[in-house]
Amino acid sequence: MKEELIISGRNLPHIDPHLNLWHWQISLYLFLGGLAAGILFFAAIVTLLGKEKEYEGAVKFATLIPPIALVVGLFVLIIDLSHMWYAWRLYVTFRITSPMSWGAWTLMLVTPLSFFWVMSYMKEYFLYWRWKEGWLGKIEGIVDWLAKNRKLMAWILVPSTIILGIYTGILLSAFNARPLWNNSILGVLFLTSGLSTGAATIILFGRSHKERKLFSQIDLILIGIELFLITHMIMGMLAGSQVQLEASELLLGGQFTVTFWVFVVMLGLVFPAILEIFELIGFRVPVYIPALLVIMGGVVFRFVMIDAGQLTRFLY
Amino acid sequence: MRYAMAIDTNKCVGCTDCVVACQTENNVPIGYCRDWITETVDGTYPNIEIELRSERCNHCDNAPCVRCCPTGASQVADGGIVITVEDECIGCGACIESCPYEARYTHPDGYVDKCTFCLHRVKEGELPACVAVCPTKCMYFGDLEDPNSDVSKVMKFRKYKTLAPEAGTDPHIFYLI
Ligand code: SF4
Ligand code: SF4
Repeated sequence: MKEELIISGRNLPHIDPHLNLWHWQISLYLFLGGLAAGILFFAAIVTLLGKEKEYEGAVKFATLIPPIALVVGLFVLIIDLSHMWYAWRLYVTFRITSPMSWGAWTLMLVTPLSFFWVMSYMKEYFLYWRWKEGWLGKIEGIVDWLAKNRKLMAWILVPSTIILGIYTGILLSAFNARPLWNNSILGVLFLTSGLSTGAATIILFGRSHKERKLFSQIDLILIGIELFLITHMIMGMLAGSQVQLEASELLLGGQFTVTFWVFVVMLGLVFPAILEIFELIGFRVPVYIPALLVIMGGVVFRFVMIDAGQLTRFLY
Repeated sequence: MRYAMAIDTNKCVGCTDCVVACQTENNVPIGYCRDWITETVDGTYPNIEIELRSERCNHCDNAPCVRCCPTGASQVADGGIVITVEDECIGCGACIESCPYEARYTHPDGYVDKCTFCLHRVKEGELPACVAVCPTKCMYFGDLEDPNSDVSKVMKFRKYKTLAPEAGTDPHIFYLI
């Protein structure tokens, strides 16, 4: 029997007896970042394909969410910084080895773009405003200019939303000290999950049956990929070293088993996938049920990963 | 120059003098510590083996804390000593998450704090407080690249290990066994 004890006394807040430094703020932010990235990615693609008229929910209505999601996400992220008055330090340097630095700069690009995007549709949201008069007349030029350059915004959004979606996972997987996070699947997995919650949101905002159907199909494919990636991640851990085996145990019998398998996998992926298949083969299923389940699964997934990951560590 | 420390696990008696010396020298806030003593008990009584280790930041050569810091507050100072600069740190906690040795903590003032090998003393040619105060003289500190430093000399004829080398951090605290 081998036992490790700290005998000098050590009770560092949020670190001992086990790390719990990052809480709901980080989980929520990772979810909102992925969601915003997902919605904007689809809006950009639809725009680049020139199908704005057919998929209005994606380009015009679901895109109202990203500015809110990003502002709320950034807000909780900043209040979570323990030295928050120095947050500007993020923007006087760029650290190529730090995913967080990549994320900070990507947000600096995507957040304003998400606002510009909504602004570019102003005239269509408020058809009956008098756009030629008063202060509206002053911003009309900007709104028109943004509307004209929507394709350009879309071109910038495609790569930057992919970076945003993937970075939320890479941020975690870069920590080799936390074996549950330290796998190369996590980046793609978070990206897929972000795209899937994005597609689900577009379903909720969908304007036509055609649009909801298309995004249900897209979501179905993404759920399939996500299930595959989760299996792949767990297989990788099971074939890994002792620390990874111990990490996988948290999801396979340990403390997070029920939350993960019931809320993330069953209710968040498998069940909505079944409902979406039923819908596709012609049964009438209220589309918002699978969509809301997918979004719920995305939230719970981030919480499980943040909480469980911090329990895993190197043993020595 | 590459500062390192060798700690003799056979000489350490676990008196915690190094912990207190560090807290005093570096004004570590009450309830916090930059170094600590770990006891490993192996076997069952009466066949028992005990190892005592004074642990702290390993001043890793491939330091994940430096790599993931988004502002560059975590950085490598003279002689490979890993430090955090208070007014560059935003308190994001990435470095704490990334350290396999849990060697960092958030200072009550918000920035992240850790062992500095007493850089301020070392610059003056003095030993780190923990090394200077150890009553059994179980710690050896110095420049690894200088064959005549205390640490190089003792590592020449003693067996040693590092903690969690599999984490790939290339730690620079060596435990003499
Ligand atoms: S022990 Fe931890 S804090 Fe110290 S250099 Fe290594 S990773 Fe960084
Ligand atoms: S908490 Fe401070 S030192 Fe640590 S990674 Fe963040 S900015 Fe760098």
